[in-house]
Order: sequence, then structure tokens, then C-alpha cells
Amino acid sequence: MIELVWLPLDTWIVAIAVVISMACALPGCFLLLRGQAMLGDAIAHAVLPGIALGYLLFGHSDPGVMIIAAALMGILTAFLVQLVHRVGGVEEGAAMGVVFTSLFALGLVLVRRAADDVHLDAEHVIFGAIELAPARVVDLFGWDIPRGLLVSSIMLLLNLVFVFVLYKELRLTVFDPSFAEVTGRRPGLVHYLLIGSTAATMVVAFEAVGSILVLAMLIVPPAMARLVTNRLMPMILISLVLAGICAALGHLSAITLPQVLGFEDASTSGMIAVVSGFLFLGVFFFAPGNGLVPRQVYHLRRAIRTISEDVLGALYRVRELTGDGKAGVDKAHLAALLGGGIPLFLALMRLHRRRKIRKSGDLYILTDAGEASARRLVRRHRLWESWLVEELGVRPDHVHGTAERLEHLVSENITSSLEKANVGRRLDPHGEEIPDKEGSDDTDQNVT
Amino acid sequence: MSQSQPIPAHDHSPTSPLSIHDMTVSYHRRPVLWDVDLDIPDGRLVALVGPNGAGKSTLLKACMGMIPRTSGEVHVYGKPFEKNRHMVGYVPQRESVDWDFPVSALDVAAMGLYRKIGWFRPVGRAHREMALEALDRVGMADFAGRQISQLSGGQQQRVFLARALAQNARLYLMDEPFAGVDAATEEAIVGILRSMRKEGRTVLVVHHDLQTVSHYFDDVILLNMRVVAWGPVKEVYTGENLRKTFGGRLTLLSDAAEAFASRPGS
Repeated sequence: MIELVWLPLDTWIVAIAVVISMACALPGCFLLLRGQAMLGDAIAHAVLPGIALGYLLFGHSDPGVMIIAAALMGILTAFLVQLVHRVGGVEEGAAMGVVFTSLFALGLVLVRRAADDVHLDAEHVIFGAIELAPARVVDLFGWDIPRGLLVSSIMLLLNLVFVFVLYKELRLTVFDPSFAEVTGRRPGLVHYLLIGSTAATMVVAFEAVGSILVLAMLIVPPAMARLVTNRLMPMILISLVLAGICAALGHLSAITLPQVLGFEDASTSGMIAVVSGFLFLGVFFFAPGNGLVPRQVYHLRRAIRTISEDVLGALYRVRELTGDGKAGVDKAHLAALLGGGIPLFLALMRLHRRRKIRKSGDLYILTDAGEASARRLVRRHRLWESWLVEELGVRPDHVHGTAERLEHLVSENITSSLEKANVGRRLDPHGEEIPDKEGSDDTDQNVT
Repeated sequence: MSQSQPIPAHDHSPTSPLSIHDMTVSYHRRPVLWDVDLDIPDGRLVALVGPNGAGKSTLLKACMGMIPRTSGEVHVYGKPFEKNRHMVGYVPQRESVDWDFPVSALDVAAMGLYRKIGWFRPVGRAHREMALEALDRVGMADFAGRQISQLSGGQQQRVFLARALAQNARLYLMDEPFAGVDAATEEAIVGILRSMRKEGRTVLVVHHDLQTVSHYFDDVILLNMRVVAWGPVKEVYTGENLRKTFGGRLTLLSDAAEAFASRPGS
């Protein structure tokens, strides 16, 4: 049994985690699109000496000073990476590796030095200490709220203002920096503002989730959002929502899962990263449109529609050949003709449900509605055959297969052009009668 | 005004859309353009032709300050580029951007208006309509809502052209707009270039197809690290000038460039 003990403390922790996570996702979207997700990682590490210096110089962490120091540190990092890359001729990824590991190591040395005076240790650097965040409260208009929540809310607000006020400039400079430069949009300035915002956010996040797991917050929600949408603004909004969900579920898992799995406890920041990872997998498989599963489902549904129409066509031709209104075909023959298996089974079910066919003994027979659909289908098929032979000069014995695919197209534009191109033709190239057009076309829409 | 060496000094008339005076550009100390002197006349279609590595893209970028010039001056309608930025439209190479970026064709075309819209202001309805008009001019209005990765190479190139048209500039610099496009798109682009000329705009195009130069363009610049020849196509586009540009390396110049680039001990 899971015993969920939810304390006011937990509410604060979730609130802080959600706000930080959302604040991270905003610059994260643009870093991801720049193809510089790892620059986020570099910055997250490289701000450490800034933080440590802040502790050393001021004894405690004044959020304002720290954020500004870190933003500068981040810009310095990005600048140094470019310097090593350009002047040293070192590949950009390697340049990042050189710069951020050096700065991170320097930061660790400083942390060691600072540890005598203040509470800051390596474990904090890695995992953060969001569980402790609600302990420090500040007084805001008579309310006691955790300082961490206040600071991260301000950060979120700053990032929202930054991203929405400079929305079109960010979009342009990330998409096409050279055009931005030529048109005087200052891509360098915009980029360093983005880096500054990232670095400042990293510092705020650092206290809560540490400098390594923060990358999960910075990159994973935007990466998921990118899988779901092809538009920038929806991507930003969706990444905000997903960031919030990851953070909330992360803490919930941190307080429930250890009981289930039987270990002592789990850190909230660690679980946020784990939850983000699993959510990402989920999106990867199930994202509407782009996900693996919806794509498969789409293909299967299309296959079923196509086979349904082929069944109608086959039954119609049998009726045409025998001249018998009650002529039918059994399943074995249909399977031999159209390929059997699950798609045929599902197609027959679908036709039954729509009352296009009925069963008499072992034989499947067209209903009146089915015959109308089949007639239109066969008409399309034979019109295509005629058109292919007459207009494109394809040899008559070559057109059946192509027409077999084209007949499933029911786009109105195409059908009416096809009708116009074939006005007056009564017989298809094989001498078979093209069925009359009658009634409205209520065949199942099948977009190919 | 057919010209081979030596190129006489120009007076930089304020009417010249693009006037380059003694421009030298180097990458990592290796000179890639030597002493370029050009005065592009108004209202012409100008091809910039030369072998790979001749510095064609570099010339465009150096004119717009994207690459620092080692020496020399560039004037756009009589003023430094920075002062007359608004008069210059730019079509970068298609490969220079990530076409998976989550924007639509309309979004890209609208980017040509950002300068006009100004900082901090959103793209409004009127701007979207202008962008749509630009797309319409290149025959891409029906694809306005498409995400750009779902466009073919030729369509992407047209979207870039629409963005440049939206800029409503007087001088256009285009980096290989014909690269990798099909015949229909090529024809469409040529049509657009001609209508731009009719509107009195000047277009400088980096061009690769030597066969079509005399058919599409008024003037040609033959470039191989230096300007080998430039002027009206009829006078300048000769077998001899082409040989000078493409045949054989300009040995002494390239040797000098190598010497500059090589470092002591390496």
C-alpha cells in the first residue's frame, strides 16, 4: 500500500520545482533550436565558480548578486568557448569541454574553500537541495513564503518577459543569424542575452536541483514539445506545461516510489529527471502525428480503408461477371485476392458495421448501399484506366495496377478533373463498361 | 566599360548602388580577396562568377560587414553599409539555415519586415499580409502555412526570395539562389529578377552556371581572388577572360596567400 503523506512542505516543494522547471524551459527552447543544448550543460557547470565566489565574498547567498554574477559567468563561458573555438581552431564541442570543465573544477576548489564558512558541499552541487528550500522563508506582504519560491518566480517572470518581448528577434537570430546581422537585428547581442538568461536561471535552479540534473529541466521539456508541434509559439507553451508536469510528477514519485520499491528515499531533483526521461519516451512513442505508435495506427487504418474498398470492388466485379445480383465470394477467395490476415478481417468487420455487405452462408454479398459505393469505386478505377491510356499513352496492359492505387483517391478536385477528362467515354481500355455516375459520393473519405 | 587590369581609380558616385574601393579580405591571415574595386551601376542584374574558393560569398559578406575587411571601403548609395543597411536585401545560401526550424513559410517571409517593424514589436496582421504578398510574388502563397521542412529545395529558395522581396530594398545581394533548384523554379526566379530590375532595383547574384550568364544577366563580374574582369556581359564575358578566371591558378598570388597563412615552425 502506498501511503501518501502530503505535508504543506510538499506543496511548497512542488511549487518551487514547477516554477524553476518552467523558468528553465524558456531559454531551453531556444538553446535546443540553436543546436546548443550542451552549451546549457556547460553553462550550468561553469556558473559554479560564480556561485562559490558569491558565497566567499558575501558569506551568504544574496540572490540578486548571485544571479547577476552567474549571468556574467555564463556570458564569459560562451565567450571563452567561442574564443577557444575561433582563435585556437578547436572544434566547438571540444572547446566547450575545455572551458566548462576548467571552470567547474575551479568552482569546486572554491566550494571546498567556502565549505569552512558556509553550508555548500559537493552533494549539493550535484543534486541540489530542494527539500530544504521551503525552510528559508521571507516575509512578503505579511505572508511567509519560501525564499526559493520568490526568487524562482522572479526568474520565471524575467524569462517570460525576455522571451515574449524579444520573441521575433529570438526567432530570427536562432533561425538565421546572418540575415539577422545584415538587417541590423544584433544577433550577437540577442544571443548573449539568451546566454545570460540561461546562466541566471541555472543559478536559481542550482540551489534546488544541482548543476547536473538541471539539464533535464533545460532540455527535456522543450525536446518533447518539439516532437509534438511544428510551430515555435506552441512549442514554447507546450514545453512550459510539460515542464510543470515533470516537476510535479517528479516530486510525487520521490515521496511515493521509495515505499513501493523498498528503498529509503529518493531525491526530488533526481526523480524529476527520471520522470522527464520516461515522459520523453512516452512522447516519442505516442506524440500525435510524429509519434511511432500514431504513425503505425494511421498506416493500419489506411490499409483497412483500402482493403475495404478493394473488397467492394471485387464483389462488384463478380456480380458484373456472373450477372447474378446475389453472387457472393467467400473469405478464402477474398483472402487469396487481397491478402488475408488481420487487415482483411478488420475491413470485413468495418463493411459489415456500415451495412455495405451482408453474409449469406459463407458468402459475402453486396448490399444496395454497398453496391452504390462499389459502383463509384469501379467507375473511378475505369476512368483512371481510360485516362492513363488516352492521355498518357500508357499501354492498356500496364494500367490496372496504377489505377488500383489511384482509385482510392477521392479528392473532389481530382475526381472532377478526371470526370472532365473522360467526358463521353463509355468503355474502359479493356472494353468493360464504365458504370454510370449516380447519387452523391458518400464513399469513405480516403486521403492518400 | 570593359575592363581588365589595370583597374583605374573610381570616383564613388552617390548613385552607385554598390561601390567597393580597394577591398582586401583575409581569413586567418590568408588573404582571400585582393584589392577589389567595383562600381555596380544602377538598375542592373549582375552575375558574380568564379571558381570555388574565388571569394564570391566572401565578397558579399565583406560588403555587408559580416566578415571584417582588412582594408578598403564599401559604399551603398554613397554611404557606408551600416548607414544604408535598409537599402540592402540579402538572400543567403539555402544551406546556411536549419530547415527543420519550427516556423512556417509565412513566418520566414515576414522576417524581411522585422527591421521595419522594429524592436520589441510583434508581427501584426498588416505585416503578415505584406509577407503573404511577397510569397504570392514568388508563387508560394498557397504554401504560406507550411512548416518549412515540408517544402522542396526550390520552394525553400523561393521563400528566401520572398523574404528578400519583403525587405523592399534597392540593392539585393543573393548568394547562389539558383543552387539545387529545378528548371521551373529557375525560370520563376529569373522572372522575379527581371521584374525587380523593371522596378529599378539592382541585383548582384553569385552564379554558378556559366551557360546561362549571358542569357540572364546584364553585367558580369569575373572573380578569382581579385576582379579579373567586369562590365557588360557582351563585352566582358569572353573566352579569354573566362580562361583567366577559371584556367590555371593565379600562381604568384596564391603562393603569396599561402606564405601569409603559414606560421613559423609549421
